[in-house]
Amino acid sequence: MPNTKLKRVDIIFSEDCVYKDVLADNLKKSNEDILKDILDSGLRGRGGAGFPTGLKWKFTSQETEEEKYVVCNADEGEPGTFKDREILTRVPLKVFGGMAICAKVIGAKHGYVYLRGEYQFLKADLEKALEEFHSFVKELGFDFQIHILMGSGAYICGEESALFESMEGKRGEPRNKPPYPTISGFRNKPTVINNVETLVYAFMICRIGAGKFHELGTTDSRGSKVFSISGDTPIAGIYELELGMSLEDFVEEFGDGDTKAVQVGGASGFCVPRKKFKDTIIGFEGVPTGGSMMLFNSSRSMYNVLKNYVEFFEEESCGQCTPCRVGCQQLKKGIEAIKKGEKSAHYLDTLQKLADTMKVSSKCGLGQSVANSFSSIVDNFREEMIY
Amino acid sequence: MPEIKELVKDLADKHGRNRESLLPILQGIVTEERFISDVAMTEVARELDMSAALVYGTATFYSFLDTKPRGKFVIRVCKTITCDMKGKKQIVKTLEELLKIKVGETTKDKNFTLLETNCLGWCHKGPAMLINDEVFTELDEDKVTEIIDDYMRNI
Repeated sequence: MPNTKLKRVDIIFSEDCVYKDVLADNLKKSNEDILKDILDSGLRGRGGAGFPTGLKWKFTSQETEEEKYVVCNADEGEPGTFKDREILTRVPLKVFGGMAICAKVIGAKHGYVYLRGEYQFLKADLEKALEEFHSFVKELGFDFQIHILMGSGAYICGEESALFESMEGKRGEPRNKPPYPTISGFRNKPTVINNVETLVYAFMICRIGAGKFHELGTTDSRGSKVFSISGDTPIAGIYELELGMSLEDFVEEFGDGDTKAVQVGGASGFCVPRKKFKDTIIGFEGVPTGGSMMLFNSSRSMYNVLKNYVEFFEEESCGQCTPCRVGCQQLKKGIEAIKKGEKSAHYLDTLQKLADTMKVSSKCGLGQSVANSFSSIVDNFREEMIY
Repeated sequence: MPEIKELVKDLADKHGRNRESLLPILQGIVTEERFISDVAMTEVARELDMSAALVYGTATFYSFLDTKPRGKFVIRVCKTITCDMKGKKQIVKTLEELLKIKVGETTKDKNFTLLETNCLGWCHKGPAMLINDEVFTELDEDKVTEIIDDYMRNI
């Protein structure tokens, strides 16, 4: 597998960019040219799932409905992720700019930022930036309004269809798919929903060109990505890195010299143990991440880590479908019983089967991804689960 | 309770009276009252002309829309693994001692409620907590004591 060397990149927060010029220039371009740029760049969604952004925009632009929407998913809730907060704090106008370019391409007049309740303190500054943005698009004669909606402390609302339900004033319970948001999203109208970071990359691709972005990263994972690095590291924080590096290089740079495992992609991601660092690539061909990188050194009990994740899922499951609702409860009860010696070690295999069942039978990404962390921790640290 | 009636009416005037206004209205009630009482829910249902069950269903789904009485200041300590690794347990213990309550409880004078919550998005600066909407990061025992003292003085 080809991989890149660890390289810091400066695109998202780059100050070499006057947002007004970029926006004005791009609103003059043809929709086809913009779409071609986004498609050629190879940009994939930065929220974690990695759907090609250009295709999302293209599908929505092809819908004939009069009313369409662009939604910015700022319901960042994955444990270990804090990059969207940083982006919204430092470069909100680039986020709005990305939304405006998307709105032009798909033909939307209204955009929404769905901001998680935990980030209420950001709202006043965002509204100030929004005022500046609105007066500028008005100057350009472009009819587009952005509204900020607040979440109220529900991780599941980061799932796109649950987010629409929440925007519509309902319980944040995911919808059946298909139809996908490009056909039926907010108010059942064609909707592009992108992560905060994706929108900024789209905006910056319009600034630096598809080629510059495309030459970064690997075949499956073009460009760079903002990583939220936490846990046992001397230099926790936000770093923009080229995609496709090996976990070994990553740990060399960010570890504390005693890294035993890295949880890539948060609670819904994968746990990679030391012996697999060398062969693990961070990107869509290896282990994908929405940005969360949590490092654990040898003083940490992986049982505690897993228990923390399972408790998280148990609380945040919306409860709509049985595999996820009951599955999360049973996984938690199960590992506790094994640890206490009330169940034999073989019971772990039964729990693994349960996690696999949740993967195929849960309705949305939450229930489906519980197995990622569960299986990768149990597989690699089985003895820590038992003794 | 005429005040609740008044508040719900003002919020509905501001946000509208359709289903999409429901979440902003409920959030507005929490900002003012710290929790949504049964009376408030019935009032919202009446004002928006929808069933009280729908209001209840939405209100109870979201962890920040409290439906139990809460103190004037709601403290939510992040319990996700990275904050836990950086000493969240000690922070909770300190808070419990300072406020003389356990997690999930409210002080007798109704000023403080202590809760735990999932990832607040400050993993690189843990342990972290929210007091109402304000964030506090890189907490230690001294810092927490100082923060709570500050709040107590300004009640």
